[in-house]
Amino acid sequence: MDFQLTAEQIALRDTARKFAREVMAPVAKEHDRTGEFPHDVIAKGFELGLMNMTLPPELGGLGLSHVDQALVAEELAAGCAGMATSMIANDLALLPILVGGTAEQKQRLVAPFSEKLRYTSFGLTEPGAGSDVAGLSTTATRDGDSYVLNGAKMWITNGGVADQYTIFATVDRKAGRKGITCFVVEGRPEGLHVGHHEDKLGQRASNTVALTLENVRVPARNRIGEEGQGWEIAMATLDNSRPLTAMFAVGVGRAAMEHAIAYAKERKQFGQAIANFQAIQFMIADMAAELHAARLLAYEAAAQLDAGQRNTLVSSYAKRFAADTAMKVATDAVQIFGGYGYSKEYPVEKLFRDAKLIQIYEGTSQIQRLVIARELLK
Amino acid sequence: MKILCAVKRVEDPEQKIKVKPDGSGIVLEGMNYKPNPYDEIAVEEALRLKEKQGGGEVVVVSIGDASFVTEMRHALAMGADRGILVKLSSATDSDGAARLLAKVVEKEKPDLVICGRQAVDDDQGQTGQLLAEYLGWGQATFAAKLESLESAEEKNKVPGLQIEGNTVKAIREVDGGLEFVQVALPAVVTTELRLNLPRYASLPGIMKAKKKPVEELTPEALGVDVAPKVKVRKMSSPPARKGGTIVPDVATLMEKLKNEAKVL
Repeated sequence: MDFQLTAEQIALRDTARKFAREVMAPVAKEHDRTGEFPHDVIAKGFELGLMNMTLPPELGGLGLSHVDQALVAEELAAGCAGMATSMIANDLALLPILVGGTAEQKQRLVAPFSEKLRYTSFGLTEPGAGSDVAGLSTTATRDGDSYVLNGAKMWITNGGVADQYTIFATVDRKAGRKGITCFVVEGRPEGLHVGHHEDKLGQRASNTVALTLENVRVPARNRIGEEGQGWEIAMATLDNSRPLTAMFAVGVGRAAMEHAIAYAKERKQFGQAIANFQAIQFMIADMAAELHAARLLAYEAAAQLDAGQRNTLVSSYAKRFAADTAMKVATDAVQIFGGYGYSKEYPVEKLFRDAKLIQIYEGTSQIQRLVIARELLK
Repeated sequence: MKILCAVKRVEDPEQKIKVKPDGSGIVLEGMNYKPNPYDEIAVEEALRLKEKQGGGEVVVVSIGDASFVTEMRHALAMGADRGILVKLSSATDSDGAARLLAKVVEKEKPDLVICGRQAVDDDQGQTGQLLAEYLGWGQATFAAKLESLESAEEKNKVPGLQIEGNTVKAIREVDGGLEFVQVALPAVVTTELRLNLPRYASLPGIMKAKKKPVEELTPEALGVDVAPKVKVRKMSSPPARKGGTIVPDVATLMEKLKNEAKVL
């Protein structure tokens, strides 16, 4: 077992860290306040190759390993989790095509994203189908050489700025998960209505909308995989993205811990720095140990993908543990800051709000536990 | 045009540096390293000159053990074309480094050498000057940009140095103002902080840097005795600062500066 990073990995991490510190962090508070989409930040990230990290070289990507991607994800989230979520949304939307698409579909629907900055959204969740993915009710009806899509999608990241959508719909509602099929909707065709930007608790820099599909016509050549393969494709996509989501949690948690350490050394009570008190020391010690454990779980889940192994179990460990850890660390960071932690003047309340979302999106902590239990009890 | 840049590994100044209890050096355990920030500026300037001229070559040189390649790769990821690592596992000083660089320069025959004005580890600030001396070349030290680092020129990545015919024009930051110098090529230039804002190593750049060639040389092969001439007798932390005092008015301040601090 080798826990050392290579020189290239250190370089990737350092570039992402520098970008997070110098480009993301200085404007994070303002975007959090206004909810305005961070186009300029993301454009700079795109120039540096920090977008579309999952693309292979033949599609204009960098051919980064999953561990490389995980390293970068932690740094971006430490800069601003909302921006990081919007930066990685393309990957989530393009992965289904990489996982289940033909060579022609990959060239046509994926490769253009490495040429210039464009956004694409992953559309799985619905108003009535969150954790119960198989219960989705958006329908796809075959009509000649196209499909007609009808339904609604909810919590769609970057949906308001995207010009391509990866939409999961059912060709047979009675068939359950066996009816789910994956489609790529290009542009903003007639019948695709994009809702207002959601006014969220945290990760406010990331654009989140509802979509309504009203007789949206999609050519059959934009169906990814066969009819009924959508479930498989969605699950394979989430296996790929879970280590990255776990690293988002580690990034948010690390930022909270760093603020807490700096503040504990500075803040004086009873005539000395509060860092001298064991009550504070123990909180910081637990933060560090648990964040490191979460990071190692995410690395292992990523390394399994690099080795071509199925990572469902370990990536669910990683996502569950990292998200819950980030929430705990951010909560304790607010505690260490005391009253100041509750104020928007200081950075930790944002991290507390940002962390909460990671326990919810891309499979709640409860769903991760179900996946883990199912793997163990099968 | 061929430009050679020296890139040194330094201890990351953002971490806490501790002096060993016996004063023989600093604690290196768990140390993070980074490329010397002044050297990044040197590489950036070289890349801009190359881009402006629409061709040429930027070669980076480092002196140190095999692990120093990490900092050299950073320069390659920024866009430098190839690297030369002079393998050295023992310590040397500014003079040893300058003598090694002089031999590399004789071998490579660049038109211009750009070095950081100093390394932020021990802040000697001598290598560039010594190198010019050993080569018998002209030098322009502490080169800065006329325009500010927030200017349109900087945003458009305009180099601060100007190549004019067979000369380089540089603006030097000196006490009390700026000095405009023109030096015949080949020459040595050292960089001030206000010369440029170095670019990031992009992810594609980092991946490309993996494949760029790094040649290895040794002091023996270059025929240089690198034994340090400067002996470090003892290192110690600066004394802890005593708390300040607030004075009621300017008159008291002047009085204290004159009589207590004796700086006026």
